[in-house]
Amino acid sequence: MDLTSLLPLVGIPIIVLGFALKFNPLLVVVSAGLATGLAVGMDFGLLLETFGEKFMNSRQLASIVLILPIIALLEKFGLKERAQNWVASIRSATTGRILMLYMVVRQFTCSLGLISLGGQAQTVRPLLFPMAEGAALSQYGDLPEALRDRIAAHAAACDNVALFFGEDIFIAFGAVLLMSGFLKENGITNVEPLHIGLWAIPTGLCALIIHLLRLSFLDAKIAREIADYRAQLSTQTSTKTTANGGQVS
Amino acid sequence: MNTPQVLISINLIFYLIGAILMSIAWMSLRDRSNPKRLTTALFWFLFGIGFLFGDLMLMYLGKTLTHKLLGIIVMLLALLAGFNLLGGGKYQTEDKAKVDADKNASAQRLGNKLFLPAICIPIITVILSITGKDAVWGNYALLDPKNLTLACLTVACLISVLYACKITGGTPITAIQESRRLVDAIGWALILPLMLAMLGGVFVAAKTGVSVQTLVTLMVNPDSRLALIIIYCLGMALFTMIMGNAFAAFPVMAAGIALPFLIQQHHANPAPLVAMGMLSGYCGTLMTPMAANFNIVPAALLELKDKYQVIKYQIPTAIAVLICNIGLMYFIV
Repeated sequence: MDLTSLLPLVGIPIIVLGFALKFNPLLVVVSAGLATGLAVGMDFGLLLETFGEKFMNSRQLASIVLILPIIALLEKFGLKERAQNWVASIRSATTGRILMLYMVVRQFTCSLGLISLGGQAQTVRPLLFPMAEGAALSQYGDLPEALRDRIAAHAAACDNVALFFGEDIFIAFGAVLLMSGFLKENGITNVEPLHIGLWAIPTGLCALIIHLLRLSFLDAKIAREIADYRAQLSTQTSTKTTANGGQVS
Repeated sequence: MNTPQVLISINLIFYLIGAILMSIAWMSLRDRSNPKRLTTALFWFLFGIGFLFGDLMLMYLGKTLTHKLLGIIVMLLALLAGFNLLGGGKYQTEDKAKVDADKNASAQRLGNKLFLPAICIPIITVILSITGKDAVWGNYALLDPKNLTLACLTVACLISVLYACKITGGTPITAIQESRRLVDAIGWALILPLMLAMLGGVFVAAKTGVSVQTLVTLMVNPDSRLALIIIYCLGMALFTMIMGNAFAAFPVMAAGIALPFLIQQHHANPAPLVAMGMLSGYCGTLMTPMAANFNIVPAALLELKDKYQVIKYQIPTAIAVLICNIGLMYFIV
């Protein structure tokens, strides 16, 4: 086998190592791009030009910047606090149940093509996470930092899973069109986008069941973590009071 | 030129983003509480250039020079972030207790009304993208048909910010001032998706996909249907993890394995084969930092200490779904 045919792969170990060794991702990605380009014999000027062109053509990926001012303004005026108080008033609301409900609704609406009805900046940061956190707060009071992060990460993850395995069912979604285009190009003309969308349903259901099952254990996990945290706190305070001469107020 | 006039065009949206970024650069520059204020301001200024001046540069400097200059900016951005020269400031007040009390008071006062502007963003986006395709304003089309979702999102954000100001009594200026807190919290992660799209472009130019395809076909045992399916699904997941995007991995794996071996040789049913192959790729998307806008930006947006925590929580689901997918494909296709 001709080894030069492997040269375009040189960026891959750079990415894997760079991320594993926790270098700054921007630096890792640019280095991988430089190495790949130079390895296949692009000259530096041309490479810079490719960088600039692709960067310019992907500017729409920064559209999250448009949403941030609104979220920031509402948070200054207590959006997060309001979300938490509101959830606290619903007695049956728990972190796990809120995330499960969101997951079902999100995946279903995505499968109908209503993809922008949710999103990390649109719904997860301003609404879903404060509510999921608020449910735990109203149940247990103060939360340890690690638990707050755990709930946040779960909120982000459930939006992603619901989105990915919902959107592919919708026939006008880009991926479905890409697939039917690929088949047509290769001479397979009897496949409609509708068939491709329908065949995304079994996997979509698997993903839904698997992720809901995981979320259904979340409340019990949170309870256990809180119990550990409190036990730790009380041993800390009891050693402190002993050190202070055994005074108990 | 016979392009129809568009009111909310993609260029206008980029100017808006650029203006916000430049304001953030300016506020960072003036924030003396931030020890890295100069480099932080430079970072957001450089990032803003492509949005605010990109089209002007194309017009006056030509394609080649503009792209080269932006290429240099990309390298500078990576260096600034790589040497940890971005920092956060102290923002408005340092008295946390007072800020919290203010927030609680206004939360009490405004009640559930506070939710409305936030909910407006997705609702208006969806309604506009369904009904606003052919909306006109005088002789102008209202929304750019080539970038419909983004144009709808922009209009939704503009309406929501005005609505939020009306409810809270703040101004759009306050909104932008406050957004610096979020932008600083997100930091370099905001730019990562663009950088990754750029890397994808370099991979395409370098024909990395072709190399992967040759490498994968070397490992194939064309007689075993199960082995072919496993390699196809795992290959989709792994190559998606490298590219950060299942769309980039799909043509490579489909042309390398699905088409020649599974469809032509084993007469597999094409529709489920491609649908489930793509979804195997999505399992990869859940597991990679290269899909930054799904995995890294949210972690930054939620101010997680561990930027990989979202990925860590997605991995069990991704692996379980991938295994189910292989099983489903074996029995259905």
